[in-house]
Amino acid sequence: MAAPLKKVVDNDRLVDDDREGQRFRVSRTAFVSKEILALERANIFDKVWLYLGHESELAKPGDFLTRSVGGRTLLFTRDNKSKFHALMNTCPHRGARVCRERSGNAKSFQCFYHGWVFGLDGALRDMPGKESYPPGFAERSTSSLQPAPKFDSYRGFCFVSFNPNVESLPEYLGNAREYMDIVADQSEAGMTVVGGTQEYSIRANWKLLAENSYDGYHAATNHATYLEYLKGTTGGLVPIQLTGSGRDLGKGHGVVEYRAPWGRPVAQWIPAWGDDGKKRVEAIYDNLMSRHGKERADRIALYNRNLHVFPNLVINDIMALTVRTFYPSEPDFMTVNAWALAPVQEDPGDRSARLFNFLEFLGPGGFATPDDIEALEQCQDGYSNLAEVGWNDISKGLTKETPSFDDEAQMRGYWTEWNRRIYGA
Amino acid sequence: MSMTATATLQTITRADVEDFLFAEADLIDAWKLPEWLELFTDDAHYFVPSTDVDPGARPNDNLFYIADDRFRLGERVKRLMKRTAHVEFPHSKVRHIVGNIRILERDGDDLKISTSFIAHRTKNAVTDVYFGTGLYRLVVRDGRLAIREKRSILASDGLRQQGRVSFIL
Repeated sequence: MAAPLKKVVDNDRLVDDDREGQRFRVSRTAFVSKEILALERANIFDKVWLYLGHESELAKPGDFLTRSVGGRTLLFTRDNKSKFHALMNTCPHRGARVCRERSGNAKSFQCFYHGWVFGLDGALRDMPGKESYPPGFAERSTSSLQPAPKFDSYRGFCFVSFNPNVESLPEYLGNAREYMDIVADQSEAGMTVVGGTQEYSIRANWKLLAENSYDGYHAATNHATYLEYLKGTTGGLVPIQLTGSGRDLGKGHGVVEYRAPWGRPVAQWIPAWGDDGKKRVEAIYDNLMSRHGKERADRIALYNRNLHVFPNLVINDIMALTVRTFYPSEPDFMTVNAWALAPVQEDPGDRSARLFNFLEFLGPGGFATPDDIEALEQCQDGYSNLAEVGWNDISKGLTKETPSFDDEAQMRGYWTEWNRRIYGA
Repeated sequence: MSMTATATLQTITRADVEDFLFAEADLIDAWKLPEWLELFTDDAHYFVPSTDVDPGARPNDNLFYIADDRFRLGERVKRLMKRTAHVEFPHSKVRHIVGNIRILERDGDDLKISTSFIAHRTKNAVTDVYFGTGLYRLVVRDGRLAIREKRSILASDGLRQQGRVSFIL
């Protein structure tokens, strides 16, 4: 691997940020090269904070779930004192995955290979034939399920890092925190992940989904049928044009924030929800007003946000709330997980409207996401012409002081950070 | 369809149901979706649940892949017949095999049906397999069978391999 890796980094510019020439380009090599994927694993996924899950997914002591994060297999638990643990799901003895269930509630975990038993905190509790081990063996820290090197949470969003020297989570999240706060502040009772996970894949490079997640430019053509569907429900929506701005948040994070004609359960009412819905949405808005004042209440209630937290977490606060992660198994294949987030104790009518909204646009069976998937896969196919046509253009809005939500400033921020990390700066 | 126009819930046989569901599969495979839509009642639903929820889970408090009422199902059909439904342009090639058809019970006006389905989809020379259990609630309308609810429960781990469910299961 060493030789081609060196060539890629030394001889080719991957990000061409030419402000004088008013041009921002990304080499298509970045989407197809195995060497670059290896660099991304080493310099990005092994170094930064990665989203693991939401605290609400482990509602009770003893709750656990298993999940693949950053190429690792993790066991996420809540112990009897309600403390959360992110454990490397591999037996310290010979390596088998200790917990093979997707989720559940347990007092302990027993490795099925040789029978070692671990507590919810990962500590070794028991093992068959322990009299044959040296004294003090069970107490060695290496005899327990190993914790992820770093684990922390921010407003219910739990992250791990495999880099013991990573900066603190709040520091890492930086300006993205402002937007996570807006999500967490939507309900006094807290936010919860709704039952049911959308698990799918895209036969394209993972960075294409990062770009796509806050690309306001593609809606009119790529999502023509969705917009026609919205028009078809006229009378059901509110007459608001898509307008807003895009922001590079630094550290590779970015966001677009904009008004839109669709309903937001928190809290933009649309006629399709009727008078009952209107009363409920007004009550939610009044509560936001009393807690946050008018300016912030309006921002929470009436604006949409597509937030991307570097490198692979998307929180879309749009016609519904979705949390989405993605990870590359190959340069041209990524796995995707998506969850719906909602206020705890949400009115059943609002919850129902929220999930109906979600499926209208989002997910592999929605009216929009499948066309995104097709676009990403067609881009990946197009990169077979790499030798003749080698660059993607990301210049839209480059000379504007305040880039629009359908410009590409947020993507330039992403690529700048990606480039910095790939080159090991 | 072999069924006469005078069928009632009590006279429907498994063979009638099989003929009906085979005809349904043919309409989907031929992309005759407007005709397929006519098989549904005005209060119909079409569900594809996510695969980590109970098979009988409700879409009002669980995230599904698809949860269409009759209006949105009609919009889905309209969308899929357009050239701008990019994921299905040109239309993928689809074949359904529907088997293990059983009448589970006659529940009021509804006939509850269980099937096993396998659907293959090819697009851009990539073939994906979708398989699972089909649960139907059928009713008799004007002497003919009609679908009041179709619930396609995938037996795979999500859509990890297939990536999308952009055609009708």
